[in-house]
Amino acid sequence: MSKSITVALTVNGARRTITAAPDTPLLWVLREDLKLTGTKFGCGVGQCGACTVHLNGEPTQSCLHALQDVAGKQVTTIEGLSPDTSHPLQKAWLAEQVPQCGYCQSGQIMRAAGLLKQTPRPTRDEIVEYMSPNICRCGTYVRIVRAIERAAGEMQS
Amino acid sequence: MIIRNQRKVSATPASTGRRRFMVGAAGLTFGVAVGAPALQLFAAGEAAAATGSVKLNHWVTVFTDGTVAIMSPAAEMGQGSLTALPVILADEMDADWTKVRIVAPTPSDKLYGNPAFRYLQYTAGSATVTGYFNSLRQFGAQVRYVLLDNAAQRWGVPLAEVVSEPGYAVHQKSGRRLSYGEIAAFAKVPAQAPEVVVDPVAKAQFRLIGRDFPRVDVASKVNGSAQYSIDVQVPGMVYGAILREPIEGAAPEQIDDRAARAIDGVLQIVPLKYGVGVIARHPWAAFKAKQALKVGWSRKATGWGYSNERGYAQFAAVAKDPKANSVAWETEGDAPGAMLKAATIVEGEYRADYAYHAQMEPLNSVAAVTAEGCEIWCGSQSQTIAVTAVAQALGVAEEKIKFNGMLLGGGFGRRGNRDVEFIVDSALMSRAAGKPVKVIWTREDDVHNGRFRPLYVNRIRAGIDSNGKIMAWHHRVVSDRVLAFMDPVRYKSAKGRDNIAMRGTELPTYDISHRLAEGLQQDTGIRTAPLRAIGVGQNSFANEVFIDEVAAKLGVDPVRYRLQQLAGSAKGKRAAHVIEEAARMADWGRKRQGRGLGVAYLDYSGTQVAGIAEVSLSRDGRIRVHDFWCVIDCGVAVQPDNIIAQTESSIVYGLGLALTERIDIVDGAVKQSNFYDYHVPRMRDMPAIHIKLVQTRNHPTGAGQMATPLVPTAIANALFQLTGVRLRQQPLLPERVLQAMAEAGVRIA
Repeated sequence: MSKSITVALTVNGARRTITAAPDTPLLWVLREDLKLTGTKFGCGVGQCGACTVHLNGEPTQSCLHALQDVAGKQVTTIEGLSPDTSHPLQKAWLAEQVPQCGYCQSGQIMRAAGLLKQTPRPTRDEIVEYMSPNICRCGTYVRIVRAIERAAGEMQS
Repeated sequence: MIIRNQRKVSATPASTGRRRFMVGAAGLTFGVAVGAPALQLFAAGEAAAATGSVKLNHWVTVFTDGTVAIMSPAAEMGQGSLTALPVILADEMDADWTKVRIVAPTPSDKLYGNPAFRYLQYTAGSATVTGYFNSLRQFGAQVRYVLLDNAAQRWGVPLAEVVSEPGYAVHQKSGRRLSYGEIAAFAKVPAQAPEVVVDPVAKAQFRLIGRDFPRVDVASKVNGSAQYSIDVQVPGMVYGAILREPIEGAAPEQIDDRAARAIDGVLQIVPLKYGVGVIARHPWAAFKAKQALKVGWSRKATGWGYSNERGYAQFAAVAKDPKANSVAWETEGDAPGAMLKAATIVEGEYRADYAYHAQMEPLNSVAAVTAEGCEIWCGSQSQTIAVTAVAQALGVAEEKIKFNGMLLGGGFGRRGNRDVEFIVDSALMSRAAGKPVKVIWTREDDVHNGRFRPLYVNRIRAGIDSNGKIMAWHHRVVSDRVLAFMDPVRYKSAKGRDNIAMRGTELPTYDISHRLAEGLQQDTGIRTAPLRAIGVGQNSFANEVFIDEVAAKLGVDPVRYRLQQLAGSAKGKRAAHVIEEAARMADWGRKRQGRGLGVAYLDYSGTQVAGIAEVSLSRDGRIRVHDFWCVIDCGVAVQPDNIIAQTESSIVYGLGLALTERIDIVDGAVKQSNFYDYHVPRMRDMPAIHIKLVQTRNHPTGAGQMATPLVPTAIANALFQLTGVRLRQQPLLPERVLQAMAEAGVRIA
């Protein structure tokens, strides 16, 4: 049943070759095969956003993409967002002390990075609409909004 | 008593030798540390080894380079107490915070137990800062005393002439100064801890307490490096998934594992008393195999046939039955007697559905069982409970268990049960596999095998005198039992009083002389647990919707009525202040077109909180919360911004419980599965949140969940102001709103 396949893809700029069952979600490939554990498992069905990564530059839930469908694609995870926690969003997240338990925050930051790429100066309504696929059970939403606004301001100046 | 000097310095001393000493409650010991302060390694048990005695409480190590290592026994699940506890101790020892390193100690109730939980090392109940506060100040003062005393002896001056500045002992007359690190190089530590009196909290001059410091765990949480147990990688590790009994006590009787075994990567099927485990090379293979298992379950469990409807019918009957067995929770005066003298009797019934924690990290644990014992990596609300449970499950001594406490991807009460089944899982699976195993629950496992806030039927009866004052209060709480299930050890010592189910029925601040709260907890067979705000989440909802109903009956404004009931009480002043402030912030008196305002107040373990919600209602019965104002007074604010963050968090949590979150039990099993049918708040559901922290010089009380109960209450009361219709059941679902309006003959404007 579903014998392994070997797939090459680019993760955080490096070419990686993975051998696993073809229906293995990218999430588990990243976490357990590549040991990039910043991308989190929350629901497995694209409902919470904890596993958000960029696939060919677009934020998406990595639990929804099977290994067989990501061959040759570019993946960026939280570990690849900046080499030294210097992305304006990461700095804003620290300044606003956003994380509580922190488990969803990689996904939140990766989704926010997608927003700012597409809309560098989002309105508050645009932030709320764009970020709503991502759940934070600690309810850090107030600070996430503030941090995105802060980062957007920083990236403009 | 030592005089504190508030002058600041910023000099950095040079590092010399490598000596250190440690301070504890029973005594101080003195040792020599070698090498650089590799604190993580040091934390793993060297502290205890260096002293050669377990009778000491080990909290502080001062290194000769000035580094101050402070043990923090709290589990970190986002609430910030990992950082807040060392702030308390560092403040009293006058440490330079930039030199403080926070270290997780080896689990020990004896050394690191929370006084608020009878010295159990247990992080829960918003009881960490409040529980440890006095003893940490005491330990900090002892450390400071010893440091200053050593400096005084070195200089040959009286101790009274020596003061501290952050990280330094200073002799002001001569201008001499020694850093704590320099003192550590020659310090002699008395065998007996000195008697030191700390200033009472009302008079103490704090240097660190009350200032905001970044939480130590936050930096790792913005770049993916934070380590939760689900992230742990151990050489040779394989993966486990478990199909658990759908109902507590239903054992597997027939197992058909042919399809599961056929899945590529599956290594082993492990029959367990409570389910069937799968061990595989990859988590995906383990999940698929678990899905492919066909298991027949025994029908002996209590929960078979049970449902929410059955629970409500049974509980409502018990609530009305005066002969039903009850346990008194709070007895003040003579409520039944006073009731007879009342001019008016008011009664109300309130309900709540089961609710699910939905911590973002599905339960998981990593274990490596070997001939020598077992090593565990897990995030647990009690490190010591975890060690005991694993030792019992494996039939080995507790000394054979090494527990590595990881960050928790949310706790909310789900990870402190005495049997910690999600940790025992990994130990049993590792033993079966003969390898390290990471057992991961899927979200569906986490929901189906959830341990819920119980189902409730609350009945309140109050006697009102001719002036509208409440003179007698009788509250009966019927719910599933919680403490008996989640922690039989504590339940036994509580003598049948179910702290988790009953908390929040007590009314310490309202001036009501005669009060009786009774618990009538039922064994339905349903799995239960503390859930953020525990019983307060429902019992306070019942209290405060009821008070609103009384005020409405009397035709008195609900804010004014609460203030009137607080007026005669000794504790009423702080309470009145948070209500008045919330009313001022919300501009309570101003009527809004198409909107309603509702208020809720609560004394939650001494913390005073008030909340006001502004809501509107759409034609489909959906309630929209536009604004939420909250005022919190939890005494001395150790980390003020973190208290604000926790209050934001507890409001959002309360919003979900108020409006959407419900677990349905059908034939004993859980109907919901994942976030598509268990709806937690998302960013688009958020009201504008306005919080005011009132800082008072009272002993610090809890901050982690205090606002949660206010939210459903304030919303229900706001809906009444808007429509004249009462909702008496959590969550306030659209169909319930529509039904209540239809019954009252009210149409949505």
